[in-house]
Amino acid sequence: MEFSRRETLALGLGAAVVTVLPFQVNAAADDRIAAFTGGADMAEGGVTLNAPEIAENGNTVPISVEAPGATAILVLATGNPEPGVATFNFGPGAAQQSASTRIRLAGTQDVVAVAKLADGSFAKASATVKVTIGGCGG
Amino acid sequence: MISRRDFLQVSMAASAMVGASGFGNWARLAAQQSLTQDQLLEFDTFGNISLIHVTDIHGQLKPIYFREPSINLGVGGNKGHVPHITGADFRKAYGIADGSPSAYALTYDDFSSLAKGYGRVGGLDRMATIINAIRADRPDALLFDGGDTWHGSYTCHHTAGQDMVNVMNALKPDAMTFHWEFTLGSERVNEIVEGLPFAALGQNIFDAEWDEPAELFKPYKFFERGGAKVAVIGQAFPYMPIANPGWMFPEYSFGIRDENMQAMVDEVRAAGADLLVVLSHNGFDVDKKMAGKVQGIDVILSGHTHDALPEPVLVGKTHIIASGSNGKFVSRVDLDVRDGQLMGLRHKLIPVFSDVIAPDPAVAQLIDAERAPFKAQLEEVIGQTDTLLYRRGNFNGTWDDLICDALLSEREADIAMSPGVRWGPSLVPGDNITREDIWNVTSMSYGQAYRSEMTGEFIKVILEDVADNIFNPDPYYQQGGDMVRIGGMGYRIDITKPQGERITDMTLLKTGEAIDPAKSYVVAGWASVNEGTEGPMIWDVVEDHIRKLGTVTLNPNTSVQVAGA
Repeated sequence: MEFSRRETLALGLGAAVVTVLPFQVNAAADDRIAAFTGGADMAEGGVTLNAPEIAENGNTVPISVEAPGATAILVLATGNPEPGVATFNFGPGAAQQSASTRIRLAGTQDVVAVAKLADGSFAKASATVKVTIGGCGG
Repeated sequence: MISRRDFLQVSMAASAMVGASGFGNWARLAAQQSLTQDQLLEFDTFGNISLIHVTDIHGQLKPIYFREPSINLGVGGNKGHVPHITGADFRKAYGIADGSPSAYALTYDDFSSLAKGYGRVGGLDRMATIINAIRADRPDALLFDGGDTWHGSYTCHHTAGQDMVNVMNALKPDAMTFHWEFTLGSERVNEIVEGLPFAALGQNIFDAEWDEPAELFKPYKFFERGGAKVAVIGQAFPYMPIANPGWMFPEYSFGIRDENMQAMVDEVRAAGADLLVVLSHNGFDVDKKMAGKVQGIDVILSGHTHDALPEPVLVGKTHIIASGSNGKFVSRVDLDVRDGQLMGLRHKLIPVFSDVIAPDPAVAQLIDAERAPFKAQLEEVIGQTDTLLYRRGNFNGTWDDLICDALLSEREADIAMSPGVRWGPSLVPGDNITREDIWNVTSMSYGQAYRSEMTGEFIKVILEDVADNIFNPDPYYQQGGDMVRIGGMGYRIDITKPQGERITDMTLLKTGEAIDPAKSYVVAGWASVNEGTEGPMIWDVVEDHIRKLGTVTLNPNTSVQVAGA
């Protein structure tokens, strides 16, 4: 009996996404950050990134970002083939500088948020989101 | 105003005192051959509030045997810390004498012989007696159920949890949180929860579509006790849609959500909470980490990982209480809460020795009534065992070996996989194996035994993935279960390595050859989280296998070599 890779995945412990190692950081992610910051240093703190520790479904992972006073927040999935997720821009009339969305993750990786603050400085936050086959639960 | 330093001294002294006088007594009592119900229940009522915690009962209405793990490895900062010590190390840490009742209740060595002396443990009718005795001391004691209650037996499966709901309702809990309950399917869970005469709590139970708190499950509930306001926040198992089939409850999302936990703690403190209790199904290491991150929790009643600890573990100002599983223990926690502060705590982990604690007649009758329609099916003897059958531990227990043997033989497979769940009572050598016993270690709402082909490479991917879900050094990235149990294949695991490098030396046992990454192997397993999994039910596969064997005799399993422990 021959199984295609696709069928084999479906027959496994519950694989939607299969990855042996956490994905390598895509070099394109660093390029995107450099383009956004112009190479400026990024402070820790000043931007909050909320993401689940383990994704319930790697195809739709809810995340939210918040950076009081920011004019823009860049969100990257550093291990995806195309790391760019979104850039949220906030005008001067925005009551709060927060946004939420759902992203697709190709495997376990870091999600990064970089905020451009009102004074022109940058802040960065990252969170590891694990994408797992699942099963065997307790 | 009590200082933080004073507080710690008071609370540590309180727990240490009970650790010495209440818990340590069992050994002496056993030496005198005089273990009595009064002594098991003895407790010098303290303070103004009493909490009673039961958790992870897994459908066990009747007394059972339950062997604690011989291997329960901690990783990262938890290596060598409770609950990750077993056997002699555990007895030494708590001053427990070999062969004593507490050695039997809390450690694994000499289990078969001690079981003959001390008998079965648990039974909801015995738990009822203990709960009633505590309520006699403190009529308004609060009873909390940590979840994994409506799952795990023949009758629970056939009544879709109703037997457990009916009997637990008779015990009159004040609140509950959840895990395996959701594997009944969201429609059934909603139906039961809507009719529950007590609070169904979970600050981390969210609506999946809108990512906002689910309407049916409240984050917390206030109780007025002993002149104080007690806030209880629920924390359901965080990784349900990953560890269990998410397609059975697609409307719900979970996660640890500790930022929301902090928000709830702040909210109830602002509303005047004097005592803050979290009723948790996080598992012990996740609770420890959460206690360090979320400020303002006084007590965490911890469930999920089935640990039974005779003393609270203190993280900062948070006391974590672990109350075992399968009906084996009841925890009593007395608290002195004054001027909006926890001044002291006294705790006892009460072992439910079923031959010592008298059953509550009303609850015993209720249990018998729930079981009566299924009596013949439950009691049918399928075979006997010459080997101690148990499951609990990081790697294969003997029940798992037997289940994997059944899959290899009945499903004609090269390799078998069985889930690393923590539930399932034990049987001692000489016991009959009844149908009920088989269901106690297999029953679930997705018990289909699949048979498929997997490449060696894919099998390694699965093992690496599951290994990271237990041995990731960060507890928040541990997804919930123990290691997947394997039949027909040996391997070596270094638990200190990162994902992708832990598993080596995979060997097909029937040929002794190394597993070829490119070759396909026939793999039989059960409890797939995939929708539409096909195959016979695992309990039927195991029953057929045991019938053919007649008497089960298992050789020690040496196919998994563990390094880095």
